[in-house]
Amino acid sequence: MKPFSPKPQTTSSTTPCGSSDRPVIRLCGVELHPDLSGALFVPDYNALLVADLHFEKGSSHAHRGVHLPPYDTRSTVAVLELLIDQYRPDRLVSLGDSFHDQTAGDRIDASDLTRIRALSERTDTVWLTGNHDPVLPAEIGGAVAQEIALGPLTLTHIPAAGAQGQIAGHLHPVATIVRRGRKVRRKCFAGNSGRLIMPALGAYTGGLSVWAEPFAELFADGKFTAWMLGRDRIHKVASENLRRR
Amino acid sequence: MTTLISEAESGPVAGGLPPRFVDWFEARGWRPRVHQMEVLAHAVAGRSALLIAPTGGGKTLAGFLPSLVELAERRSGGLHTLYVSPLKALAVDIARNLEAPISEMGLDITVETRTGDTPASKRRRQREHPPDILITTPEQIALLIAQDGVERWFADLRFVVLDELHALVTSKRGVLLSLGLARLQRLAPKVCRIGLSATVADPDALRAWLVPQSLSEHGRMAELVTGTAGAEPHIEILKSQERLPWSGHSARYAIGEMYERIKQAKMALIFVNTRSQAEVIFQELWSANEDALPIALHHGSLDVAQRRKVEAAMAAGNLRAVVCTSTLDLGIDWGDVDLVLNVGAPKGSSRILQRIGRANHRLDEPSQAVLVPANRFEVLECEAARAAASAGEQDTEAPVEIKLDVLAQHVLGTACAGPFDAEALYDEVVSAWPYRMLDWETFERTVDFVATGGYALKTYERYAKLKRRQDGRFRLAHPRLAQQYRLNIGTIVEAEMLKVRLVSPKRRSSRGILGTGGRVLGEIEEYFIEQLSPGDTFLFAGQILRFEGLSELDALVSRTHTTEPMIPSYQGGKFPLSTYLAHRVRTMLANPKDWNSLPDQVRDWLSVQRWKSVLPRADQMLVETFPRGNKHYMVCYPFDGRLAHQTLGMLLTRRLERFGAQPMGFVANDYALSVWALRDLSLWIEGGKLDLGELFSEDMLGDDLDAWLAESNLMKRTFRTCAIIAGLIERRWPGQDKTGRQMTVSSDLIYDVLRSHEPEHVLLRAAWDDAAAGLIDVARLGQLLRRINGRIVHRALDAVSPLGVPVMLEIGREPVYGGADEALLAEAADDLIDDAMRLV
Repeated sequence: MKPFSPKPQTTSSTTPCGSSDRPVIRLCGVELHPDLSGALFVPDYNALLVADLHFEKGSSHAHRGVHLPPYDTRSTVAVLELLIDQYRPDRLVSLGDSFHDQTAGDRIDASDLTRIRALSERTDTVWLTGNHDPVLPAEIGGAVAQEIALGPLTLTHIPAAGAQGQIAGHLHPVATIVRRGRKVRRKCFAGNSGRLIMPALGAYTGGLSVWAEPFAELFADGKFTAWMLGRDRIHKVASENLRRR
Repeated sequence: MTTLISEAESGPVAGGLPPRFVDWFEARGWRPRVHQMEVLAHAVAGRSALLIAPTGGGKTLAGFLPSLVELAERRSGGLHTLYVSPLKALAVDIARNLEAPISEMGLDITVETRTGDTPASKRRRQREHPPDILITTPEQIALLIAQDGVERWFADLRFVVLDELHALVTSKRGVLLSLGLARLQRLAPKVCRIGLSATVADPDALRAWLVPQSLSEHGRMAELVTGTAGAEPHIEILKSQERLPWSGHSARYAIGEMYERIKQAKMALIFVNTRSQAEVIFQELWSANEDALPIALHHGSLDVAQRRKVEAAMAAGNLRAVVCTSTLDLGIDWGDVDLVLNVGAPKGSSRILQRIGRANHRLDEPSQAVLVPANRFEVLECEAARAAASAGEQDTEAPVEIKLDVLAQHVLGTACAGPFDAEALYDEVVSAWPYRMLDWETFERTVDFVATGGYALKTYERYAKLKRRQDGRFRLAHPRLAQQYRLNIGTIVEAEMLKVRLVSPKRRSSRGILGTGGRVLGEIEEYFIEQLSPGDTFLFAGQILRFEGLSELDALVSRTHTTEPMIPSYQGGKFPLSTYLAHRVRTMLANPKDWNSLPDQVRDWLSVQRWKSVLPRADQMLVETFPRGNKHYMVCYPFDGRLAHQTLGMLLTRRLERFGAQPMGFVANDYALSVWALRDLSLWIEGGKLDLGELFSEDMLGDDLDAWLAESNLMKRTFRTCAIIAGLIERRWPGQDKTGRQMTVSSDLIYDVLRSHEPEHVLLRAAWDDAAAGLIDVARLGQLLRRINGRIVHRALDAVSPLGVPVMLEIGREPVYGGADEALLAEAADDLIDDAMRLV
């Protein structure tokens, strides 16, 4: 029996969505538009931000004989292409850990690499370095930086305690709510007046609870907001209404 | 079960039995049984045989007799007999019981066990000096044949004895074992198989399962030996004086009457269907236990030491009753059980017969069993089961066939033993009964999956696990992979479990962190604990516990004085109603003259149903529509089990959506399904706007099913199991660093990505096959839709019918917090019953 008929290459949680009732995040007076995919659009600068793409995470344990479906890179690239089509940004910034490890560039399929290069040629692209990818493959095009400024905002990979106006990735925030005996756990943007941590966008990326140790020093008073990625819309939830765990 | 021999039986004089054995039987005042001698005759002549005999029929000795007789004559040699038992605990028990005849006859025979608990040093010794008889499990056979140099080890193997074969063949463990047997057949072509089984619906399937299959020679089967049937069991249904509940599974109403029965018995076993049912019944029995009878609890989630203690107390005759789940369905040495109480739905005739069989080891006395229905529908089911069981009718499941995830595991294991030729392996695999229909292309794709993941995108060629040699044979790419294989062996994938650890609530430190001390009460599913908030109370290990919080791998709980747990944890029956019993229930409903045996309350209920709506013929399905509140309900009664009904519910709501009826939700139980919508369904159906034949047509199993499966959590859970068995995802071991999970990829994400890029992948096919037969039960749903085609009876009603009440009461049965909500729910439930039974 045929298990499934082929299906268009979209997954519900990573499809960009043009709905009008999406919340707006403000950081240091700059308006930010979170997207259902986990990307962030900054209209004032016509910039699109993404974090933790982790290209080739699927193939990263291949040498040990773990052969996960090697399609995570192209799934993630497909989401980026849709985002670019939709927002038509002047610049694209990837906030580090774009590649899962230092040998990812050797494993990546040539056709996937071509698509990534096409993206960076189409849009002014900056690849910030991350702890997983201190060096990026030259073939991908675009510029490489450790940190860049966007008006009053600083974009970087690892969030630092005490910074103001910082947008970072690295932590893969995930929040949980429990209502009527049901638990819902979703990727989220986590932020307060000083900073915003972006969710990981890569197809194989998991998450870390917003109550885990690394978040504690960023949100020292335990007060922050989570913008949770729902299926059709983004839900803004105050930290006191989140399940602690 | 583990007693080797029961009482004397008049049988023929033991012709063909060596004098030493004859003397031994005589010294004990026993005679060998007919079926024991028949098995012996077949086995020494080299013919495989299947023995079907009831519990207490001396089955185990029948299995060992050929080995003992041959070994008594043998001067020297290696491993002679493999005895495969489904339970670790049983293996040890059997080895112990075998000591008596061996020492009493003065035989020079070594017997050892080898299970997951056997220390490495002993295993090494066993490799160098194998015992004559090795008692082991299916997983250990897989491990043994995956070592190089096994040919020598099995060179002298004569017999493989398979205990509880009827239970093994319906699981993936059985499928794994069948591949192991096919290998043993090649390593030791003279090996002869002896299967021991309880009574099954289709003995021929088991006979075929037992011997190598061949395309050129159809219908190969083992010899069949049937033991004498025991006395007919005496089965009754508890006739309660109390009010019979409309729904629910606790059977609380009957506790007093059950307690009276226990008091009159020497030793009672109380079987229930789920762990949480066991907890509830145990608690209620203790609150009724004025005489302080020793009553114990036994289920699979309890700490092992606790379980062993209960088993020992039982064997020693120190208990009066044990409340247990199916963990006690197999094995274990019983005390003098003289009563079986089965609480809740029996689900199948064979299932109930096997449970009752535990009650009495004396074949000549009838076993006593009492069925205790928990609600009104279960009365019908109990009555159907009683009638079927009394007539000795069987409805066991058919053996499981082709499992590609298990095959993948076996292929890797084969490579661990040394380079293999793909065609030779294919021939061997298709000689195993479950794989007899496997085509070459699928086999090749499975090998390809093991080697490189089997993807169209050839990313992993240079990281292949299997490499092709010059001579075309496949070899393992690296010895390290053999190590990994050994860690991932087996087909049992447990739900992720957390230890339940008792802490003192006072030990909360100032930082809100709990002490870690305290003893472990058992293990509980992670998904259950994740729903709890600190302060919630629930039943576990026979007490009400308060959830305090989580530590690394433990759920921390404290004792509490509350009498009502806040969180109900009933997860529904694990087993659907057997097709056979379902048919009997439908027939009974249709024939009022069969109702004489039913309690008055149930007869009244059905009579009012006949008056207010209709009782359909056995081959028909009733659909009722009625308004309630501001919604419109449609209830149908297929009697095909919760899983098939849930799938039907998902598909019906999709269709109703498309027809514009605006469905809002649905709820299912084992007997019925209720869907509600905003549009007036009665009007739509009567006005011809909604055609029921079209709504329930079989083509819903096409695109609608496909679309739903894309997002279904059930499918993702099934996929995870297959991915672990097939070796795509590594197992997580207890104690392993939890934060390590961030580094791995969730199986849900893998499923999404694989499904969108390679929908024909071999693992998706494996998951689909499992889900179709398991969690979404498409097979059963297909039968249901075909059965009712053109036979749907519709009634448009003003209000819910009596038959519809139980399923309507399931609405809103999601966990409800606090007592106030409970009271509201109970109030609403009473209204519903008044509506249904009002005669004007």
